[in-house]
Amino acid sequence: MKTWLQIIMLFGSLSLLSVGGGNSVLPEMHQRSVNEYHWLTDNQFADVFAISQAAPGPSILIVTLIGYKAAGVFGAFLATAAVIVPAGVLVYLVSRFWEHAARSPIRMAIEKGFAPLTVGLVLATAYVLGRSTDHDWRSYLLTAVCAAVFIFTKVNPLIVVAAAGLMGFLGWLG
Amino acid sequence: MSESATLAESGAVKPSLWELIWTFNQIALASFGGGLSAWSREILVVEKQWMGEEEFLSASTMCRILPGANQINLAVFVGAKFGAIPGALAAVFGLTLIPVLIVLLLAVLYFQFHNVPSLQKILHGAAAAAVALTLAMVVKTGRKCLHGPVPTLLFLSTFILNGVLRWPLLLVLAIVAPLSLIWAWPRPKNK
Repeated sequence: MKTWLQIIMLFGSLSLLSVGGGNSVLPEMHQRSVNEYHWLTDNQFADVFAISQAAPGPSILIVTLIGYKAAGVFGAFLATAAVIVPAGVLVYLVSRFWEHAARSPIRMAIEKGFAPLTVGLVLATAYVLGRSTDHDWRSYLLTAVCAAVFIFTKVNPLIVVAAAGLMGFLGWLG
Repeated sequence: MSESATLAESGAVKPSLWELIWTFNQIALASFGGGLSAWSREILVVEKQWMGEEEFLSASTMCRILPGANQINLAVFVGAKFGAIPGALAAVFGLTLIPVLIVLLLAVLYFQFHNVPSLQKILHGAAAAAVALTLAMVVKTGRKCLHGPVPTLLFLSTFILNGVLRWPLLLVLAIVAPLSLIWAWPRPKNK
């Protein structure tokens, strides 16, 4: 029961603190769940981080793994709900305002002006991700070839991602 | 906006709750190895045409600024657009349910057996492709909105500050966002 409350309080507050995305509260999440509550060890935290990054779906689902270790399956669902609901309510309210502002200058300016900025952020994401996942020339080459396929052909991206996964499985990437 | 007129803008599209659940589930499952943002665009803008390119990009940036996981925020945003509170719930449910079950399964495997090496190898390859999909999204969206020196400069400075120099997102936005808004503010003369 005490653990349930700790899960709700921790992940509920992290939800509202995670400005800029889930990764911004990882240091705090680590501090509280490893050093303060001792739900998992340092190494386990690093491993569940890797699992959550690579598994399908949002990487914030690291909290599902931490919740599971802290309080079993129920803890997993509790942690997931706690991290989604507070921020979700806030986004919902903003989206309502957005809908009402349909033809206002501010919305037109944001839609046009934020587009180049967002493309810059997406490139930054690709750059940071690429540096952490591509370790040697083989994975860089694979990324380059896949990017060319995505840009110049209409092949279903899922097939390309699955093929790349298969190449990894066969050990071609070292 | 005229060139990117989509089904959504003409008001012709009104996905049901089931379609929201199913579509966001599709986005989530496609994104093994990462690249969730690129998959969201691939499915919401290209395949389903629920949103225009600019609407999608600006919504993603707002979802980045607001607290919370970016892609869950985007699900709330898109779900709410089509179905208010039930729509938002359906989209979030679709995006997270199966991934939560998968992550739970991985958690059990991991904490019982510690390591799943072949899984790591598969993910290593899939991650390289996910990075590629994200790069492709940059090229495809960039072609549509980076016309002229000002947007190109906004794009480059955001990338360098946030990606190369690793300045915090909020600081980067505090500098670049006002400049973007000044540039993009509608001027009656040009219309």
